[in-house]
Amino acid sequence: MPRARVKFTFPPDLIKEPVIHNMSMKYNIVTNIRRANVTKDKGWVVLELEGTQDAIDGAIASVTGLGVRVDPIEGDVIEG
Amino acid sequence: MIAQTRRFPTTNHIVGLECKECGRRYPETALHVCEFCFGPLEVEYDYDVVRQRASREAIERGPRSMWRYKPFLPVQPDDQPVDIGAGLTPLVRAKNLADVLGLNELYLKNDCVNPTYSFKDRPVSVASTKAIEFGFEVLSCASTGNLAGAVAAHAARAGVPSYIFVPSDLESGKILGAAIYDPVLVAVDGNYDQVNRLCSEIADRYHWAFVNINMRPYYAEGSKTLAFEVAEQLGWRAPDHVVVPVASGSMFTKIWKGFGELAATGLIPDRLPRMSVAQAEGCSPITAAYRNETLNVRPVIPDTIAKSLAIGNPADGYYDLKIIQESGGSAEAATDQEIVDGIKLLAQTEGIFAETAGGVTIACLKKLIASGQVGRDELVVAYITGNGLKTQEAVAEHLAPALEVGPTLTSFEEAFAQSERQAVVA
Repeated sequence: MPRARVKFTFPPDLIKEPVIHNMSMKYNIVTNIRRANVTKDKGWVVLELEGTQDAIDGAIASVTGLGVRVDPIEGDVIEG
Repeated sequence: MIAQTRRFPTTNHIVGLECKECGRRYPETALHVCEFCFGPLEVEYDYDVVRQRASREAIERGPRSMWRYKPFLPVQPDDQPVDIGAGLTPLVRAKNLADVLGLNELYLKNDCVNPTYSFKDRPVSVASTKAIEFGFEVLSCASTGNLAGAVAAHAARAGVPSYIFVPSDLESGKILGAAIYDPVLVAVDGNYDQVNRLCSEIADRYHWAFVNINMRPYYAEGSKTLAFEVAEQLGWRAPDHVVVPVASGSMFTKIWKGFGELAATGLIPDRLPRMSVAQAEGCSPITAAYRNETLNVRPVIPDTIAKSLAIGNPADGYYDLKIIQESGGSAEAATDQEIVDGIKLLAQTEGIFAETAGGVTIACLKKLIASGQVGRDELVVAYITGNGLKTQEAVAEHLAPALEVGPTLTSFEEAFAQSERQAVVA
């Protein structure tokens, strides 16, 4: 089953929302959180997503649409 | 094309890889994130072995390139480096610029003169050497400029193909410096984030040596030579303060590590420099975090003429901020106009034409002096990491026009007299 290792960075207005749970339910994605730092006004979560490739792509597009920034765990790999 | 795990001799100066977050250790393989916490991995050394192999005398007798510091680099002693002559670039005493800025002792580390005209030759030389050692047969990267040229050139030298991923809307002039080495250029139709994610996925799937992804722990180590050379060129000591242009933040951490390693092995006194970050205001997530007194780096969307520093989500931002704290350094940012002014000031005082990152360094140095963050009596080293011929468009509209004259002495003398009068008025 395809996997993606990503970092979600949340805007303040989504901190209290169950974004990961909703995404997991809607796209049938297994999530595995490895590291996180969430406070009342900011947060990031490093996690693995496991599902079909279409489900992973759909899940990432979905949370991106909500305002979550999704990056590869390597950060930006396009260097000048 | 599959990377092989090597067997370690007991005298290996490389202990392996260690997670910077959770401390888990891994053997020396093409791995870049911790399998447990997904944290970044760092090469760990046995400094007792390094100390036995490295001395001032041995280094000074070594090759006139960055490879004179081989005992500090993550390659085996018998590895033949993929070497196109990177490093041992000039450390220039910048008296004129120091006078303008009000410093007593300023040096410029001029990395404009590397073989592909930027500091990227250093990390790529190490990554390429390690890739060949691991048995990789393809070098690769995603880049909008300097890195692409460095990878393509080193692949040519190593005799292996290279795949360079670029955004499809990148101007053709930007990739000329890579295309000449005949890599396979892959123009990806998508926005920055899409290209970024694709490259990460390809690096996961294909057994290629992506220099700054799966080879990243080794690649990054090459930047330590920027510290080694400065220390040697200063007569085996660290400066008081260094100012470094920052994008991903990797080079900043490695300059710090480099000075630390020299001190740990007794090659320089145990007195490390203050480390200050220079960023473009239009892409300054680390400086913003510093100003907000937090270690939490918020990603930004870059909007700056300093394209070589346009990394909105710097992988090593957190570690840079920790180093600033530990070393007593600072962080600054420069606007586009200040960057152009910095490029011009550097060129017109010291005869060095730097790309936009150099303008960022000089502009931020000026601001750090003005705010008292850089002391006027400190021995300062500013890192100039790329050649101005790469980013001519940044300054083209900001330069004085030529005197236009007819082909007669009279015409020249009239124009010359007029320009002299204008100069006096100005």
